[in-house]
Amino acid sequence: MLDQIKPSSLLDIRSVCRSFPKGSGEDLLVLDKVDLTIHSGEIVGLLGRSGSGKSTLLRIIAGLVAPSSGEAKCRGEAIAGPPNGVAMVFQSFALFPWLTVLQNVELGLEALGIEAAERRTRALAAIDLIGLDGFESAYPKELSGGMRQRVGFARALVVHPDLLLMDEPFSALDVLTAETLRTDLIDLWIEGRLPIKSVLIVTHNIEEAVLLCDRILVFSSNPGRVAAEIKVELPHPRNRLDPTFRQLVDSIYARMTQRAEPRSPSIEGIHGTGVGMVLNHISSNVLSGLIETLAGAPYNGHADLPVLANSLQLEADEIFHFGEALQLLRFAQLSEGDLVLSDAGKRFADLETDARKRLFAEHLINYVPIMGLIRRVLDERPSHTAPAARFRNELEDYMSEDYADETLKTIVSWGRYAELFAYDEQSELFSLENPH
Amino acid sequence: MALQDIRPAAVAQALRPNIWDMVALILVTGAMVLIVYGGEQTTAPLSALDVAPVSLDPANLPLYALRTTMRMLLAIVCSIIFTFIYAALAAKSRRAEMVLIPLLDILQSVPILGFLTFTVVFFMNLFPGRVFGAELACVFAIFTSQAWNMTFSMYQSMRNVPKDLEEASQSFHLSGWQRFWRLDVPFAMPGLIWNTMMSMSGGWFFVVASEAITVGNTTVTLPGIGSYVALGIEKQNLPAIGYAILTMLLVIIAYDQLLFRPVVAWADKFRFEQTASASAPTSWMLDLFRRTRALRALSLPFAALNKIISNLHIAVPASLKMASGKHRQPSRIIDALWLGIIVASTGYAAWRIYQYLSATLSLSDVLSAFGYGLITLARVVVLIALATLIWVPIGVWIGLRPKLAERVQPLAQFLAAFPANLAFPVFVVGIVRYGLNANVWLSPLMILGTQWYILFNVIAGASAFPSDLREAASSLHLKGWRWWVKVVLPGIFPYYITGAITASGGSWNASIVAEVASWGNTHLSATGLGAYIANATENGDFPRVVLGIAIMCILVTLFNRLLWRPLYAFGERRLRLG
Repeated sequence: MLDQIKPSSLLDIRSVCRSFPKGSGEDLLVLDKVDLTIHSGEIVGLLGRSGSGKSTLLRIIAGLVAPSSGEAKCRGEAIAGPPNGVAMVFQSFALFPWLTVLQNVELGLEALGIEAAERRTRALAAIDLIGLDGFESAYPKELSGGMRQRVGFARALVVHPDLLLMDEPFSALDVLTAETLRTDLIDLWIEGRLPIKSVLIVTHNIEEAVLLCDRILVFSSNPGRVAAEIKVELPHPRNRLDPTFRQLVDSIYARMTQRAEPRSPSIEGIHGTGVGMVLNHISSNVLSGLIETLAGAPYNGHADLPVLANSLQLEADEIFHFGEALQLLRFAQLSEGDLVLSDAGKRFADLETDARKRLFAEHLINYVPIMGLIRRVLDERPSHTAPAARFRNELEDYMSEDYADETLKTIVSWGRYAELFAYDEQSELFSLENPH
Repeated sequence: MALQDIRPAAVAQALRPNIWDMVALILVTGAMVLIVYGGEQTTAPLSALDVAPVSLDPANLPLYALRTTMRMLLAIVCSIIFTFIYAALAAKSRRAEMVLIPLLDILQSVPILGFLTFTVVFFMNLFPGRVFGAELACVFAIFTSQAWNMTFSMYQSMRNVPKDLEEASQSFHLSGWQRFWRLDVPFAMPGLIWNTMMSMSGGWFFVVASEAITVGNTTVTLPGIGSYVALGIEKQNLPAIGYAILTMLLVIIAYDQLLFRPVVAWADKFRFEQTASASAPTSWMLDLFRRTRALRALSLPFAALNKIISNLHIAVPASLKMASGKHRQPSRIIDALWLGIIVASTGYAAWRIYQYLSATLSLSDVLSAFGYGLITLARVVVLIALATLIWVPIGVWIGLRPKLAERVQPLAQFLAAFPANLAFPVFVVGIVRYGLNANVWLSPLMILGTQWYILFNVIAGASAFPSDLREAASSLHLKGWRWWVKVVLPGIFPYYITGAITASGGSWNASIVAEVASWGNTHLSATGLGAYIANATENGDFPRVVLGIAIMCILVTLFNRLLWRPLYAFGERRLRLG
C-alpha cells in the first residue's frame, strides 16, 4: 500500500458494453458504456440491484466474459482470458469438494507451475493468515459456511494477486458469520498484511459497501450503468452506529429508490412498463404480509426503508423488489427511501380474504398490462383457453428467456391467487375454468 | 492415489511396517502373481486349446475363474479409457457431439451378442492362429456391453459441471488438461463408478456367453467358466453346472469385497454435496489399506506421479477448447459443410447396407424377421409385467422395513450381477424332462437375471419414501387399494422406471441366448427374434444376422423412445420426492 503515493491504474475499463442474445433474436443490453478505473491501494465497491450487470462487469474484468464493445485493460494490457495478477472469490465459495483445504489452496499455485516446496510454504502461510490453522486436511463439506469462505479467500490470496475480485462474498453467509469475516478482512487490510494491492467487491448490501469501500459505484438497472460514484472518507474501522455512517447509508437508499422510479408504471408505455414488464416472482402472501405490517404500528402506513429492511431482516435488494411490486399494483408508493401505503393499500389491509382477492384482481387487470392481455384473450376465444407459449413469445420480444420464465411464473401465481384464470402446468394452458 | 492423504508430519514414522502391511502385501503380491500367470496363457498358439481342452474336472475351476475374471478386468480398463476419450470429445466439441451422442444412443440398444459374429471373425483374422485373437474378441464383446452407459454418465456429468467451479478453474489458470483431471473427472466420478458397477454386473453375463462361441465353421472355446458350462451342457453333466454356479458365486463375492466396495468407499469424497452425509459407505479392505504404514509410504511415489501427469502442460487444440465465455459465432458455413458430410456418409452407409442385404434377402425375409421381432417384443412386455406384479409388492414390503431392507438389498444387487445364463441348463433339464412347451417355458429365462433390477430399485425407492408422508397417509386412514395407488406407487415410480428400463434392455439382449437352449443332443428353440439371430450366427449366415440385429435395434430404440423415456420424464418431473 506504499504505492498509494503515486497513483497508478491497475485496471482500466472504457465504455464497455455487454449484451446477451435474447429469445426473439435481438440482443439484450446488460451493461451500457461503463467506465471504471482502479488504482493501487483502494477498495472499490460495485453496488446495485440484481440484474444491474455488476456481476457481468466483474466477470469481464476476471476475463471470464468478453465485452461486446469498449476496452478492458488490466495493468495496461487488454484482457483476453483470465489476466495474471487477478484472483477471484466466489459467492458460492466454488471449492472443489474432493480436495482438502490445503489442496484447494494449492490448486492455483499448481496451475502456475510453482514447485512443490514453495507451494506448500505459501499455502500454509495463506492458511495461517486467514485463520484456518488446524483445518488443512479437512474437506470443504466438513466446514461451516464461514470457514469455507475463508478457504475461498486463502485460495485467492495465495497467488498474491494485484487485484482481488469478490463477487458478493458474504451474501451466502449468516449475518454474524459475515460480520466476523468482514471485520477480519478489513483488519488485515488496514494492517497491510494482505498480499494484494486493490480490491473490487460486488455487493447489493448497502451497509456492507459503506463499511468496506473507499469508493462506491452505484449501478442502475436495465441496462446497467454507473448512476453515481460515492467516495467514503470515513476512517477504518468504521462504526455502523456513527451518525455520518447512517446518513451515508440513508442517502444511498434514497438514491437507489429514486433510480427505481422511472420503472414505476404509468399508463403510457414508457420502456419496460407495457406488456414487456419484468415481474419478479413475489408470493401474494408476502405482499399481503407486507401491506399488513405497513398498515399496523409502528409504521401506520409510512416506513423508512432501511428501518423496515432491518426489522424484517431483509436485504436492501429484496425490500426494493417488494416495494416495487406494491408500487406497481398501486398499493404503495416508493420515494426518497420511504415506502408509503396508498388508500387502496390501507383498504386491502382491512379486508377479508375473498374481498382482498377481488381488490387484488381489479388492480392486476388495471395496472399489470400482461394480466389484462391474458384475460382479454381468454374472454375472446370461444374455447376460453390459451397456451402459455402465446404469451411467452410476446414476453421474449422484450426480455431474455430467464426473465420471461420468471415473469410467467409470477403471472400464474398472482392470477391464481386473484382467481382471474386457471393454469394447467402439464399442458401449459391458461383457461377460465376452475375445478368445481 | 487411492490412498493419498496429506499428513506431512507422519512421513518418518510411515516407513516402519505394521501388521496391516503384512496382510496387504500378501494380497497385492497374490494379485500380481495371478495376473502374470493368467496373462502368460493368452500368448499361446491357438492349437494349445486343442492340446489342453477344457475339462470338467472341478480342480480346474479356480484357474478358469481367474481367466474369466481377467477378461472382465481388461474389458473394464478398456471401457474406462474409451469413456474418457469419447465423453471428453463429445462434451468439448459441439460438432463431434452432433455425431457421437446419437451414435452412442444407438450403440446402447444394439444386441451385444449379435455383435459376436463379426468381432470373432475380425479379431481371429487380426491375430491368425493365436489364442490372443480369440481372447480379444471375447474382451471386445464384454467391452461393448459395458462402455456405453459409462460414457453417457461421464458425458452428462461433464456437461453439468457447476458453473462456479468452472469459473474458478478458469480464473486460477488451470489448463484444459489440468481441468479435465482436477474438475471433470472427479465431478463425474460418483456417477461413473455407479455405472461401472452396473456394467460389471451386466458384463458377467456376456463373458460367460462369449467364451464358447460357434460362428459357421469356426468354434472357439476359451478356458473359462462359460466354456466349462458349455461343455457341461454338451456332456449332460448336471453336477458340473452346480460347481460352476458355486464358483461364480464365490468369484462375485470376492470381486465385490476386494475391489468394488473399496472403490465405492474411497470415491465417497467425490460426491458433490456441501454437507457431510450421515452414513458413508465403508469397506474393510479400504480400512485395511489405510491402516498400513509401509505400503502407504510406497504408494506416495504413485500419488506424486499421478499429480505430475495431471499437471502436465499439454496444449489443447483451440478447436476443442470450450468457448470460454467468449461468444465466438460458430461458422455457419463449416456447420453446413459438416452436416453435409454426416448426411452423405449416412446415406452411403444406408445404401451399402441395402445393397448387401438385397443381394441375398428379399422383402419377405424382412417381414418375417420383423414378425419374429414382434413375438420377442410381446415376450418382453409380458415378462416385465409379470416381474412387476411379483416384485413391486415384495420390494415395497421389504423397503418399508429398514432392518430387512438392509439385509435383502445387497442380496438383490448380488443376484443382478450373477450371470443367469449359468443357471439356464438347470431350467432346460426341467423343460426336457417334463416335455414342456419351449415357446412358453424358455421365455422366463430372458428375465431370470434382469428381474432383480426391478426388485432392488423398488426396495431403494420404498426405503427412501419419506416417513412423514407415510404417517400422514395413516393418519388420514388411507388403506388398501387407495394406499397403493395414491401413496406408495407414485412415490416409488421413478425408482421403478429406472429398474424396469434396465430389466427390459437386459431381456432383449438375453433373448439371443434364452430363446435357444440345448441339453446334450436335445435342442430347444422358441420362436422369436433372439432365436433367429442365434440360429443365423450358428450357420454363419451374415446377412440374416445383420438383418436380425438391425430389426432388434429398431424395436429396442422405438420401445425406449415411445414408452420408457416419456414415463421416465414424467416420473422425474412430477413424482420425484425431495
